[in-house]
Amino acid sequence: MNKVTPFDHLVLILGTLLMVTPIAIAVMTSTHTAADIHVNGLSLLPGGDGIETYSTVLTHKGGFTGQVTGARMMMNSLILGLGFAVGKIVLSMLAAYALVYFRFRFATAMFWVIFTTLLLPLEVRIMPSYQVMAELGLLNTYTGLIVPLLASATGTFYFRQFFKSVPDELLEAARIDGAGPVRFFIDILLPLSRNMIAAVFIIMFVYGWNQYLWPMLMTTEESFFTLMRGIKQILQVWIGSQIPDYNQAFALAVLALLPPVAIVVVFQSWFIKGLTESDK
Amino acid sequence: MASIDIENVSKIYPGSTARSVADIALNIKDGEFIVLVGPSGCGKSTLLRMVAGLEDISEGEIRIGTRRVNEVEPAHRDIAMVFQNYALYPHMSVRDNMAYGLKNRAVPRPEIEARVAEAARMLELGPYLDRKPRALSGGQRQRVAMGRAIVRQPAAFLFDEPLSNLDAKLRVSMRTEIRRLQKRLGTTSIYVTHDQLEAMTLADRLVVLNAGRIEQIGTPLEIYHRPASTFVASFIGAPAMNLLDAEIAGNRLRIGDEVLDTPVSGAAGKVTLGIRAEDLMPADRGLSFTPDDIEDLGAQRLVHGFVAGQPLTLVISPATRVEDCRRLAPKPGALHVFDTLSGARLDLHTEHDSRPVLPVGQGL
Repeated sequence: MNKVTPFDHLVLILGTLLMVTPIAIAVMTSTHTAADIHVNGLSLLPGGDGIETYSTVLTHKGGFTGQVTGARMMMNSLILGLGFAVGKIVLSMLAAYALVYFRFRFATAMFWVIFTTLLLPLEVRIMPSYQVMAELGLLNTYTGLIVPLLASATGTFYFRQFFKSVPDELLEAARIDGAGPVRFFIDILLPLSRNMIAAVFIIMFVYGWNQYLWPMLMTTEESFFTLMRGIKQILQVWIGSQIPDYNQAFALAVLALLPPVAIVVVFQSWFIKGLTESDK
Repeated sequence: MASIDIENVSKIYPGSTARSVADIALNIKDGEFIVLVGPSGCGKSTLLRMVAGLEDISEGEIRIGTRRVNEVEPAHRDIAMVFQNYALYPHMSVRDNMAYGLKNRAVPRPEIEARVAEAARMLELGPYLDRKPRALSGGQRQRVAMGRAIVRQPAAFLFDEPLSNLDAKLRVSMRTEIRRLQKRLGTTSIYVTHDQLEAMTLADRLVVLNAGRIEQIGTPLEIYHRPASTFVASFIGAPAMNLLDAEIAGNRLRIGDEVLDTPVSGAAGKVTLGIRAEDLMPADRGLSFTPDDIEDLGAQRLVHGFVAGQPLTLVISPATRVEDCRRLAPKPGALHVFDTLSGARLDLHTEHDSRPVLPVGQGL
């Protein structure tokens, strides 16, 4: 290891500033009034309007129907994020379990088929997916929002690689100990995968939370709007000489940041604990 | 407790026509400690795993007790296995590791606790019961793996190179411990190893395997003193038995230009002569030996050299001078003669073949 020089600190400080400044600007700007922002532009200093803005954003019933609040949108986003993460983990763990531990014909071929779908972005299959959901009458439902995106090549791939790294002897020991496939999965594999689950959960939650295009297609009712749509909605309200509610848009953006940050912080401590304590 | 009968068992892996294990027949008595020994790839682990039920049996039949187990799941074969890398469940405490198999068998809770406590006492694992395996040393992990096998009170223990991951010193003490435990419990055991020293010290009977076939079955001393083939002769014993190209001519063994005094019966022709390094003594007349290199081991010295251009190793006491080893004579009855082509032992009568019959079989 080289000695740490002032130059190293400089690089680190610059990097930190680069990352933190935009967020700081968003937070600070959200505490000014809309007019203030319109006149003075973005701000690095706190304004006096913070509490009011945030309470408005969370409780004000807005939108065309006047029914949807920031809290409601946040809940929708949470349902989407959690539903995505949990559903994808369950599904991809089971798929990977089948691929790794059961000998069936074309298992490898199937894995590669799943793996290649990794290369296809959601947008490629968004029209057929939409049509299927529409014909099933699942537009404007949480089921329709979540289920079509649950199959996860990424998750399956991660879990497959992890399961392959679990020593065969563990399976053999469990077989001799009288554990069938279900018991082995629940008693041995699931606890061992804890760190992997945490990692995939972070990735998938953020992925679900940030979904924009799919919820926009699937939902027309405002009670299903997510935060990502809400932000857009606010900026679109440009009626007459009315100034867009920049402050509210910034506040929503800040709110939208919090849950993913919380998730990362919570699971990261788990993640690191699991890594440092791991066997061998 | 049960006997294990292995009847003409073969293993043919899918996509191959070769037999990885070929036509093995072995009857193991109740309470016997059998060691399967051989170089890597000789099929010893495969055979063990077929007994455990982790590999399918391609041909033949395996019976544990009187029950045919070919189609029986590992869990229902009434066996317990100790793996080379221990295969402990990393997320479970020592206690849970030992109890897991019993829980799956719906053994009542008080009995599980009693059995785990008993095993922990036997293996001196008491203070570690609530630790995770990663917080244990290699030797302790090995004990937990043994404990997991013991609490099951199975008909047979199967050991798959259980000591290979331990350092040399620990290996010796664990070896003694396994032996003592097995004698105390009286459980039929099959133990796989590639370490001939482990094999010699543990076994009631040794099974030497080579290329999927049994080369010899016998007590360790039988095998040491009467190896059935050149393979067994070179595999069992350290340093390995000296094998020399020789010739029988006129009732005498001839190595190159050297002639041994011992008269032998048998047809004239080429043979392989085996002499253990410790069975050669310095003498006034005998084979002329050219020392080349000396290894001092403290209690003994190994002298490497040549007889008639062929390499030969000699064990002498540290007091003996190498200069005195110019001429060597074999101890009486210490000559082993093998067929040059097949490697099989030729039971030729040599005049001094009066080796005392040792009380073999019970070992330690």
